[in-house]
Amino acid sequence: MSRLVGGRARRTGAGGPALRPGAEPVLRATALSRVYGRGESLVRAVDGVDLDVPAGQTLAVTGPSGCGKSTLLQLLGGLDRPTGGQVRLAGRRIDHLGERALAGLRRRGIGFVFQDFHLMDELSAAENVELPALLAGASPRTARDRAAAILDRVGLAGRARHLPSELSGGQRQRVAIARALVNEPLVVLADEPTGNLDSAATHDILRLFGELRAAGQTLVVVTHDERVAATADRVVSLRDGTLVDDTRLGETTPLGALLSWEG
Amino acid sequence: MQDVVLALLAKEPSHGYDLRRRLVAALGPLGETLNVGQVYVTLTRLEKAGLVVQEREDTPVRGPRRKVYALTAAGQERVVAWMAEGAGPKADVTEFHLKLVAAAESGLADPLALVDARRRELLRSLAEVQRAVLAHDTNSEAGLLLEGIALRWQAELRWLEACERTWSARGKSGGNA
Repeated sequence: MSRLVGGRARRTGAGGPALRPGAEPVLRATALSRVYGRGESLVRAVDGVDLDVPAGQTLAVTGPSGCGKSTLLQLLGGLDRPTGGQVRLAGRRIDHLGERALAGLRRRGIGFVFQDFHLMDELSAAENVELPALLAGASPRTARDRAAAILDRVGLAGRARHLPSELSGGQRQRVAIARALVNEPLVVLADEPTGNLDSAATHDILRLFGELRAAGQTLVVVTHDERVAATADRVVSLRDGTLVDDTRLGETTPLGALLSWEG
Repeated sequence: MQDVVLALLAKEPSHGYDLRRRLVAALGPLGETLNVGQVYVTLTRLEKAGLVVQEREDTPVRGPRRKVYALTAAGQERVVAWMAEGAGPKADVTEFHLKLVAAAESGLADPLALVDARRRELLRSLAEVQRAVLAHDTNSEAGLLLEGIALRWQAELRWLEACERTWSARGKSGGNA
């Protein structure tokens, strides 16, 4: 499985930050807050969140709709700016970077997966995956090779030339995951990645996440689906912008205990 | 039901009719068939086990003096242990619901803490079954059973969210008098 995610060696992109995973958590949020509006209409979407995501961890963020979980993910990924606190990616503060630096960081350091896929409709599956590699400075040939390899690994080698409209929802999401992985990001952030999928496609995506996890990919998944959350190493719950629970799923109950054989 | 009756007595000594009334209030339509005879059978068993004792009601406001049951030290111990122990993967919704009600009434445990513990317990169970679901063909017999178990626990986790909302609102408004 380690072939799914290549070595995440130190990269120093042109003008980009040096991202060096080490003892530091891949992601660290400190007293992170995002407030909208003011006065009586003030909304604390994220309210003083402290969170460390160590390398290789699969973290699920759950909570009812409106609890702030998507906002938290956007803050962690540099898609939104906090009104308080800090975000560090591999030890480096990213919350106060300029637009250009942030864009570079989002391209190289972070992979995003969204509920509604966000694929370019007029580009083929392969072209969708190549695009971020090209934007990050890879040669067309390298981008093509990397996209082909990753599409193969998400089980879509035979669909590389298809347009998104010719793919099922589950296949589109696998293309989106391949695109998120193409620049070998330090962390993949997924916002309700199975929200638009039926249960069979959801199982496919969860199996794929399982492979990424086995390969050591750090992954943060926002989900309201308890069954998706249950596949993570750790589940944190948000209520009104605050972390209220942090559960590690290491120790579990053997399923055999469910059966009482009264013969 | 023994643990529930004990827990309801932890608030204050009580008689069978009062216990039945409180159980019916907590159970709604599910408590329709519960009669006071069943409650007294349980009380008698608990008495034999040394967990409750009969007392005479001091001065009834009206009507005859009734038998009032109170927890013994052993009964008190058992209630505390029951509150602290996990419900286990096989527990049903009614059982856990009554535990929350009894916890709130007796003040022996915080219902929200019980909900949190139950959520962790269910998440871990769900993690185990979900791993098995992904490793099995959904169309196999084993896969079908695993899917059913996963859906049941998912449903209970959603119900726990409702529990959390209700009990935290009650906590803020100062109990459910």
